[in-house]
Amino acid sequence: MTGQIQDDSKKKLIVSPIENGTVVDHLPPGTAVKIAQMLGLMGDSIVIIGQNLKSTKFGRKDLIKVEGKFLGEPEFNKIALLAPNATVNIVRDSAITEKRHVAVPDFVERVALCANTNCITNKENVPTRFITASRSPLIMVCNYCGYETKGEELKLKG
Amino acid sequence: MNFTNRDVVSIKDFSKQDLEKVFSIAGGFAKNGYDRKLLKGKRVGLLFYEPSTRTRMSFDTAAQTIGADTIWFAGPEGTSVMKGETLKDTIETVANYVDAIILRHPFDGSARWAAEITTRRTRRGAPKVPIISGGDGKNEHPTQTMLDLYSMLITQGRIESLNVALIGDLKYGRTVHSLSYALSMYNARLSFVAPDMLQIPSHITSFLDRCGIKHSEHSRIEDVIADADIVYMTRIQKERFPDENEYNKVKGLYRISKSMLSAAKPTMRLMHPLPRVDEITLDADDDPRAYYFQQAGNGVPIRAALLALVMGACE
Ligand SMILES: [Zn+2]
Repeated sequence: MTGQIQDDSKKKLIVSPIENGTVVDHLPPGTAVKIAQMLGLMGDSIVIIGQNLKSTKFGRKDLIKVEGKFLGEPEFNKIALLAPNATVNIVRDSAITEKRHVAVPDFVERVALCANTNCITNKENVPTRFITASRSPLIMVCNYCGYETKGEELKLKG
Repeated sequence: MNFTNRDVVSIKDFSKQDLEKVFSIAGGFAKNGYDRKLLKGKRVGLLFYEPSTRTRMSFDTAAQTIGADTIWFAGPEGTSVMKGETLKDTIETVANYVDAIILRHPFDGSARWAAEITTRRTRRGAPKVPIISGGDGKNEHPTQTMLDLYSMLITQGRIESLNVALIGDLKYGRTVHSLSYALSMYNARLSFVAPDMLQIPSHITSFLDRCGIKHSEHSRIEDVIADADIVYMTRIQKERFPDENEYNKVKGLYRISKSMLSAAKPTMRLMHPLPRVDEITLDADDDPRAYYFQQAGNGVPIRAALLALVMGACE
């Protein structure tokens, strides 16, 4: 297996491959740019974003490739908030050396916003902290105000 | 659990044993009088970002009655808050002057955040300054819940297995939510009486189901008053209704008068977190079952007990 990501249906390469880095695949359509921003990849990294690619599993999908960066556990956790079905491939010398499924962690810190507009974390500069009450459907309880933020009302910082 | 330096932010942080300890110290104060030297040399800061005069006076009385000095501000006027100072900076500053902070703040979760700030100070070698919440926005008011439970204990001789009817705005009322959570530890039987659109939220009833607590929903006070040990009345606010007609249709239904009390047990006690508007008529005040003013008075021994405990003056 190689690190080349192909359009599933035609097995034809439409997004160029990377040699060393990370491929984040099976993102819901329209989320790739948001996720790349959330992960802070939009600075100086080489990033290839694929939008609305055909996927045999999900119909349409987005993907992100980052050259020269190996994402780890903290990033996987953040990705899971917006893309619970995402897979992450670590590529070294054009070969996939590690394949991972993402998962929302038990505690989510800093990245997400509390959906309660009267929460102190939305009023002053307070880093957010949530306890994951349920993964499917996603429900996160704010450590400060106790509000239960649901997956569909989840907004990310920044 | 040890109380010294503990924050009082949410009723959910307290076990039954914790609450029993608070109630027994409060009961001791009520029975034997207050030890006016208990917190001698200690100072308590009351930071009231909302005026809430009754709560502030109750805390101030509690602190002074066991010998603590108090410093306070009430309302954001004339304070650094008006100049845009953050809660963090105010807490950091005031924590230098006092041994405990009572905080009343309009934002949900502000008490937990303040507690975190004074805990972080300890990493810089500063002593922990415990935070006691006097209400954080629409979230919690833990000392209210404690004084409610304590009022049930001293009027009924127990909290265990009481039949409690909660009436009024059950959807938005934070006192009702906190009380329902707390009563789930005591195997209570809960009756919720409210207009449909203000009934108790499903996240509370599903929590009660998980705890095996019996509960039922009603639309009329008459359906529950005869069996209740405690009737807990709350105000229905006009603002909750889409139009005035809707409000006018229900407001008379959720009002208790002296004549209605005759259907209740002689031992029943009528409670209310106050302020009352007109949901309990004035003629009920002299009925022996009316307990709301004594209930408010119970805030003093409860708050004094908490202050003594978190400042390490009681075991
Ligand atoms: Zn919150």
